[in-house]
Amino acid sequence: MQNRTRNIYLIPYALWIVLFVVAPILLILYYSFFDIDGHFGLVNYEKFFTPVYFKMALSSFWYAFLITAICLVISYPTAYLLTKTKHKQLWLLLIILPTWINLLLKAYAFLGIFGTYGFANAVLGLFGIGPKQILFTDFSFLFVSVYIFIPFMILPIFNALEELNPSLTDASRDLGASPWTTFRRVIFPLTIDGVKSGCQAVFIPALSLFMLTRLIAGNRVITLGTAIEEHFLVTQDWGMGSTVAVFLILIMALIMIVTGIRR
Amino acid sequence: MKQLVRLFIGVFAAAFVLLFLAARLNTSEGYSGKNTLTIYNWGDYIDPALIKKFEKETGIKVIYQTFDSNEAMLTKIAQGGTTFDVAVPSDYMISKMKQEHLLIPLDHDKLPNLKYINPRFLDLSFDKGNKYSVPYFWGTVGIVYNPKMLGGKKITSWNDLWDKDLRNQILLVDGAREVMGMALNSLHYSLNDTNEKHLLQAKRKLDALTPNVKAIIGDEIKMLLADEEAAVGVVWSGDAAEIISENPKLDYVVPKEGSNLWFDNMVIPKTAKNIEGAYKFMNFMLDPKNAAQNAEYVGYSTPNEAAMKYLPKDIRNDQRFYPDLDKVQNLEVYENLGKRMLARYNELFLEFKMHHK
Repeated sequence: MQNRTRNIYLIPYALWIVLFVVAPILLILYYSFFDIDGHFGLVNYEKFFTPVYFKMALSSFWYAFLITAICLVISYPTAYLLTKTKHKQLWLLLIILPTWINLLLKAYAFLGIFGTYGFANAVLGLFGIGPKQILFTDFSFLFVSVYIFIPFMILPIFNALEELNPSLTDASRDLGASPWTTFRRVIFPLTIDGVKSGCQAVFIPALSLFMLTRLIAGNRVITLGTAIEEHFLVTQDWGMGSTVAVFLILIMALIMIVTGIRR
Repeated sequence: MKQLVRLFIGVFAAAFVLLFLAARLNTSEGYSGKNTLTIYNWGDYIDPALIKKFEKETGIKVIYQTFDSNEAMLTKIAQGGTTFDVAVPSDYMISKMKQEHLLIPLDHDKLPNLKYINPRFLDLSFDKGNKYSVPYFWGTVGIVYNPKMLGGKKITSWNDLWDKDLRNQILLVDGAREVMGMALNSLHYSLNDTNEKHLLQAKRKLDALTPNVKAIIGDEIKMLLADEEAAVGVVWSGDAAEIISENPKLDYVVPKEGSNLWFDNMVIPKTAKNIEGAYKFMNFMLDPKNAAQNAEYVGYSTPNEAAMKYLPKDIRNDQRFYPDLDKVQNLEVYENLGKRMLARYNELFLEFKMHHK
């Protein structure tokens, strides 16, 4: 009896998962077996293993890695500092605040800031550095991406640090460990789960970024996300688009598994 | 928990009140089933004052929606679930929609104003006898450039873009057919070329252009060129007109090797619910005075012969936007190359985008 009522509670969740997670993935898988003329086969998969798509996958991977790494390097100290400040919640709110603004609006704002006659170049001009091209470079792409993703990295690390029992660090210090050793042997290992979920929350969406690649990088950075968008909207080659999506899902699953393993 | 429940109830209540208000507003303004007309057009492609005028004259309420590429429009109409009464696709897309039976044949008796259209824009290859479409705007693809930033240098041909002095100065519109067509034209091939050898040659030529290309972007190109972010842009003629009206220092040229000549026509898609209203709207837009007002606002070239006299002289006589089509050579209309060829064009375009400096 008790078991049955428990199963009833499961229904909304199961429905959600089947309708919005399993079914779409199966549909993508199904579409990926049809070539542009609607013939069933593995043509799309053969095409994926040509240099063009291989290079694209590699560059997506590389940029996603860079974005995640930069986010982590900035976020960990920030989160650490946050836990030490007086008005934690206020500072945290200020970090989350930008995520309330639409991504497209922020991207457009950066078009203005990074332009030849924009704010960034005006500041550079004060220091006597002539106008530089900032927009449509790797730098601007990485900068804006990191700016967009950073709250998703700070939050889990902040939570992990908050949960850390302070007596452990005190004990470590009492037993004669230097601050660096305390950090390396106590704090970091105990917050590694926060770092992992932060990395997942950044790396996975970064892998399929597509709008920024056009707006901020001027299509000089091409990721798998760009290819999917193009195949669905322009060439109408839904099969190839789905195939790229299948590989993205596989890569993401792989990352979840690798970062999910507990020691 | 109590707070959460209260929050949910509050949100629901607010949503219902808003829905109710919206419905009331719609009926009070006359938005009801039969009396609305849904128009599906390119962004920024009509004078809003004309929609108001049409609503006043006919009592029909207009719902105006926009798209940013022919392909996106096709996907939406082909998928169904939409009720677009009038759409404005381009030439090659019209022949494709015709093939896929997505259009309703037109009754010319209901479009008396069709007589004002310059016969040169009627009976074109993509729609013989204008069975499915009536002209809206036409134009070219060309180069807009800033002579001041180029030290007074003039650009007259596609091949000028490969000049070493233009390093990092070119913005390209993000369209596979436009950019591939430019490369094919620069090699004196047709921009409808399907010969694989020629296509690869064009791709290699594009790769050589990479150092000069600053970015490949969408509608933002207008803002960036007007702001002098780059000196040269490859754009559609109407975008050029808009850029120039914002920054008169810029100039537009249709390259001498040839370029694309395109037409955007009004059609009634199969999804239409208010066909009578659609005829009324099309006829309204074909009226010379309205066509002239629209052309002046949007900046593209009108195919309406009778409208020309209502246009200011400097627009009407501007050879850049109203070239004498009998004299200009090498202008080609895009043909519907088929899905497979379009995919090939896009693939090469993608490879060009990935080519590093």
